[in-house]
Amino acid sequence: MTSTTATPITETPTGAASTSADAIISVRDLTVAFGSRRVLDGLNLDVARGEILGFVGASGAGKSVLMRTIIGLVPKVSGTIEVFGTDLDGGDKERRDVERRWGILFQHGALFSSLNVRQNIQFPVREYLKVSERLLDEITMAKLTMVGLKPEVADRYPSELSGGMIKRVALARALALDPEIVFLDEPTSGLDPIGAGDFDELVRTLQRTLGLTVFMVTHDLDSLHTACDRIAVLGNGKIIAQGTMADMLASQHPWLREYFHGKRARAVIG
Amino acid sequence: MSGPTLEQIAKGDGLALCAAGSWTARFAPALEKLVGEAEKLTGSRPNIFIDVSQVSKLDTFGAWLIERLRRALTNGGHEAQIAGLSANYATLVDEVRRVKPAVPLPASGSALTAVLDGIGRNIYGIGETLVALVDMIGAVIAAWFRVWRHPSKFRLTSVVHHLEQVCWNAVPIVVLITFLIGCIVAQQGLFHFRRFGADVFVVDMLGVLVLRELGVLLVAIMVAGRSGSAYTAELGSMKMREEIDALRTMGFDAIEVLILPRMVALVLALPILAFLGAMAALYGGGLVAWLYGGVDPSSFLSRLREAISINHFIVGMVKAPVMAMVIGIVACVEGLAVQGSAESLGQHTTSSVVKGIFFVIVMDGVFAIFFASIGI
Ligand SMILES: Nc1ncnc2c1ncn2[C@@H]1O[C@H](COP(=O)(O)OP(=O)(O)OP(=O)(O)O)[C@@H](O)[C@H]1O
Ligand SMILES: [Mg+2]
Repeated sequence: MTSTTATPITETPTGAASTSADAIISVRDLTVAFGSRRVLDGLNLDVARGEILGFVGASGAGKSVLMRTIIGLVPKVSGTIEVFGTDLDGGDKERRDVERRWGILFQHGALFSSLNVRQNIQFPVREYLKVSERLLDEITMAKLTMVGLKPEVADRYPSELSGGMIKRVALARALALDPEIVFLDEPTSGLDPIGAGDFDELVRTLQRTLGLTVFMVTHDLDSLHTACDRIAVLGNGKIIAQGTMADMLASQHPWLREYFHGKRARAVIG
Repeated sequence: MSGPTLEQIAKGDGLALCAAGSWTARFAPALEKLVGEAEKLTGSRPNIFIDVSQVSKLDTFGAWLIERLRRALTNGGHEAQIAGLSANYATLVDEVRRVKPAVPLPASGSALTAVLDGIGRNIYGIGETLVALVDMIGAVIAAWFRVWRHPSKFRLTSVVHHLEQVCWNAVPIVVLITFLIGCIVAQQGLFHFRRFGADVFVVDMLGVLVLRELGVLLVAIMVAGRSGSAYTAELGSMKMREEIDALRTMGFDAIEVLILPRMVALVLALPILAFLGAMAALYGGGLVAWLYGGVDPSSFLSRLREAISINHFIVGMVKAPVMAMVIGIVACVEGLAVQGSAESLGQHTTSSVVKGIFFVIVMDGVFAIFFASIGI
């Protein structure tokens, strides 16, 4: 394993203080701690509308924690988080309005185990929209087709699905309400390479057609290469670098060099 | 953001359906109505263009409804086409074009067949439950003998841990409840026996009832509710998260590692709890007899000594380990029967408690008949 602790920070996030105008998510001076252990320490991050942001970092660096903090599942110690220009510490009403405009794919799927696939996908739709059963079923089929699953899957329960199928159903559920932002936590881990490629393709298509903003935590170099517009790297509780794939490849940061020029990376990127 | 509209404009022998506004999930109910009406279009005009060039925003809901409209019109014998798609939205419409019509849910039968179906399944389930119980009893006995031959396989730490959970931690509540029951039994006895001057026989009743039946039965029911349910929930969630499969693949026997220690702990715990419970109930009864009935402690004790023999005590205590086994076996069978869902976990935990209590009472009846026929 590479150590990220000893290396000095060579690249700092640009424009940390200023909020760029079209930032759909903007995180300022975020600190999150469990007990006395700080996982995130004064982190700043902007995600622009309509971009696909790939988020990388060592295992245990706090990527999932950052995602969970943005969506409000982990309490923060300090800092502000704005999504769609709304401060999420505001009232419950604003929060709920924001919540229906994002979709989340959890690292382990988090499907409702006592509902079948169809009910899982329909769950958020039923909650927010008053539409007929027929349209609900049709939309379910549309989402299933989009994520590359067969219609027969609709009546199975999560315990009867393979790992990759769980990921896809979870994505279908995240997309059920046609959100403006999707948070994906390692969407392609556990998929076969063809499936992972299709997944990247799908995310791209959705971004082009729906103008979706995607916040994607991933370890998949292929995804970073083909799907992501921009890459941010987390280390020591901060963003240690962000930019395009080319910037990452050119970076002299030791961890980044290891990550993007390691043996596995060379096999992918060449 | 403006709401969606769908206007009909006649053009020669064709018809243009001009969609405008934002066709998105937010407006889904309105969209559904618009499209539902347009789908019913019939008429002499064979050519229909669905013009979407004015649509300001489109998502999968909108795209699907447009596609659905096109399909409905085509099936209605029209020549329907979608026109004016921008390049971005064309990809989206292509995506939804691949969607096959929704598969209809399998038709469920009438209410009567559903009821009969349920009854049949339940009766069939009884047989399955009995087989599973016998299966588990066999597996536990086999595991017991394996451990007997290789005592190093015995998991003492685990037994001690479970003993703490099911015995030590249960003492306060068990003692409290049996104490109260003892008080109530004595009070009721005094109240009714007093009418024919038989106050002092309350001690006989209390002693026999508590030592033979109530002490162990009540405690067994409490243990089924408290520890049986915990066993089922623990094993069930381990099953759900494939922990039991993981154990098996590492060459461990789930019965030996998980179930035997729990059974041993329960078999040790229930007699101890039953004993403590019986003592608490006698104490409570004695207290009430003294304060409410005027039977002072020394005459209570001497009466008790006359009224009960060691046999009563033995009859009660012999039942305790057997009931513990029944509760443990039921709880473990239910725990291992949990399927992947949270709902199934809840169902099996409930049925663990219900079946546990049921079998405890059945066993008590069997014991009563047995002891009556051998004359104890
Ligand atoms: N609820 C929690 N309580 C205590 N510590 C936690 C909790 N959740 C996460 N952590 C700790 O926070 C750190 C970051 O965890 P996180 O799950 O964000 O890692 P990650 O970057 O997503 O790693 P991976 O790539 O393996 O998913 C870890 O050291 C983890 O142990
Ligand atoms: Mg993670």
